Amino acid sequence: MKKLLVSLLGGTLLATSSIAADVKIGFVTTLTTPAAVIGKDMENAVNLAIEHLGGKAGAHNLEVVFGDDGFAPDTGKQVTDRLVKQDNVDIVAGYIWSHVLLASRKSVLDAGKILISSNAGPSQMAGKLCDQNFFSASWQNDQTPMAMGEVLNKAGVKSLYIMAPNYAAGKDMVAGLERTFKGEVVGKDLTKWGADAQLDFSAELAKAKASGADGIFVFYPGAAAGAFTKQYHQAGLKDELPLYSVFTIDGISLPKLQAANFSGIVGSKVTQEWDPSLDNPTNQKFVSDFKAKFGTYPSFYAAQSYDTINMIAAAVEKVDGDMTNMDGLRAALKSADYDSVRGSYSYGSNNFPVQNFYLREVVVDGNGDWTTKVVDTVLTNHVDPHAADCQMN
Amino acid sequence: MDTTLFVIQLLNGVQLGILLFLVASGLTLVFGILDFVNLAHGAVYMLGAFICASLTFLTGSFVLAVILALPIVALAGFLLERFIARPLYERDHLEHVLGTFGAILVIDTLAHLIWGPAGIAIPLPPYLDGQIEIWSGIVVPTFRLTIIAAGLAAAAGLYWLVNFTRLGMLIRAGASNRTMVSALGVDIKTLFSLVFALGAVLAGLAGMLIAPITEASLGMGNNIIITAFVVIIVGGIGSMKGAFYAALFIGLIDTLGRAFLDDIFKLFMSSAAAENSAPALSSMLIYILMALILSMRPQGLFPPKLR
Repeated sequence: MKKLLVSLLGGTLLATSSIAADVKIGFVTTLTTPAAVIGKDMENAVNLAIEHLGGKAGAHNLEVVFGDDGFAPDTGKQVTDRLVKQDNVDIVAGYIWSHVLLASRKSVLDAGKILISSNAGPSQMAGKLCDQNFFSASWQNDQTPMAMGEVLNKAGVKSLYIMAPNYAAGKDMVAGLERTFKGEVVGKDLTKWGADAQLDFSAELAKAKASGADGIFVFYPGAAAGAFTKQYHQAGLKDELPLYSVFTIDGISLPKLQAANFSGIVGSKVTQEWDPSLDNPTNQKFVSDFKAKFGTYPSFYAAQSYDTINMIAAAVEKVDGDMTNMDGLRAALKSADYDSVRGSYSYGSNNFPVQNFYLREVVVDGNGDWTTKVVDTVLTNHVDPHAADCQMN
Repeated sequence: MDTTLFVIQLLNGVQLGILLFLVASGLTLVFGILDFVNLAHGAVYMLGAFICASLTFLTGSFVLAVILALPIVALAGFLLERFIARPLYERDHLEHVLGTFGAILVIDTLAHLIWGPAGIAIPLPPYLDGQIEIWSGIVVPTFRLTIIAAGLAAAAGLYWLVNFTRLGMLIRAGASNRTMVSALGVDIKTLFSLVFALGAVLAGLAGMLIAPITEASLGMGNNIIITAFVVIIVGGIGSMKGAFYAALFIGLIDTLGRAFLDDIFKLFMSSAAAENSAPALSSMLIYILMALILSMRPQGLFPPKLR
């Protein structure tokens, strides 16, 4: 009886539309700990993307299951396992943190599913650990600081003090900067990271000041960004030790810095592959709808998450919802044939984007809100330095 | 080594130590006198930071916000004692841990609901936001000196309260033999409530003082509570004097480790190896020291006098 009912039901469904397979996307991000501020931004962008798509990719319903990595690699791996095995998602995406992505990649790839990073771009996964089923919707970690290195060379900075968190991405960022920066690195501090990250940088800032460097380069994403910039200013280093940063002064930290009226930050420059001011219709619609709905400018995390969903939707539509057609899915993803908020880009041999990197400046917009705008293009169609190590199987 | 830099790092270490003392003193007070393990102490530290942040934006003054926030935090401590700690006094320590761990989850989630996940940066008035040159070449942020001053004042006040007031006498008596004290007609329940609220005020004050530096953020208390436990274990559980010296000691070791370990390592290994091993070791340093001290003095450096 039950069987009959199911087949009858199936029959009616068949009659009304083509086979409307539901496509399930697992999205892993940080929804607890202070880093939840990033995860929330990504969740908002994912939901906005789904809303813009009307919940569908072609004829197929898209469903997103969120997972919380708790800012820890072991928790991230557990939640990924759950998404793959228990929720049986078709694609796993998300991941803010490189160490979490590195810990979780095997769970997805061994199950033969597609893995898409919406942020983290660890060097290992661009090189030796590259995989035909892994795609990046963001960048490789080295690239953004490489762009900053070029900016520093142009600005005539001769010596630099470096601070970054002590984890996979922190090390990549430092390595990336050192690839292009031609001056001397006079000091370097890698600080404790994770749910119990070090947020008081008194000792490091005192060392940086005493080093007599021309400038300081930092990478402090998320909640650490506000703490760092605050202490940097309290230590009175603004004129003595100009700040150059990546992934630190962004859509996440700016509203907070504005609320605390940290006007010293206006005018500072950062590098990035995307900016709310990028002039293409997809981006303008994304930024204005995001602002209308959530009240703030989207961060680059949000932009990449929005792209992730649209990229998946385009691929699902191309294979007509047949998620077993792995060759078709891979080809569709690799074509990057969707409307990205960063404009059009292509994929390199290691499935990382080949794209532009811009210099952005913190400005005050027409409403008095703090945001960034593009002032220069630093790297054009840039291929990450690890692509050569990738032997795609 | 550069003397100026060394002095600045010493001051940074003292400042961290003072903050640790504020948190650890409340913890050791409650543990020593009430024999109660209060894991939720860190949650009160976080509450202090968030309440102070909200009040700063409401009143426009950080100093006023701290003054207003202290009684609110005391009330929070009072409620915590009345509804969570008091029913658990007669149980063993594991159940204290379970009860207060539950309180952490509730308070963290409440804070998430009220203040959101973003954390709040607290603006300081201009006279606290600058730098002071205290000696030629030794320039430190004014607010870090303020923390040291406020922390020392709180320590002195605590010393006076415990050693020279009637309340302090009762507190010490209650610590020695609580049955005898209540038999003498002292309202031991009210006394315990007061002690608990006092502990909460100290933790809350620490949270308020650190918030303008690191922001008020979710889970901030869970990080410091571990270090605070290290402090009271090293200092001798229940000993206020021990907490003070151990806090300064831990603060200095942690800061100086972060500041100079890589330079020291570079003397006998390659600079790449030093850059990798120094951060790893400096984050473990205080735990290694705790293990060393416990292996020689299991009761801590300054154990309280036996009952």
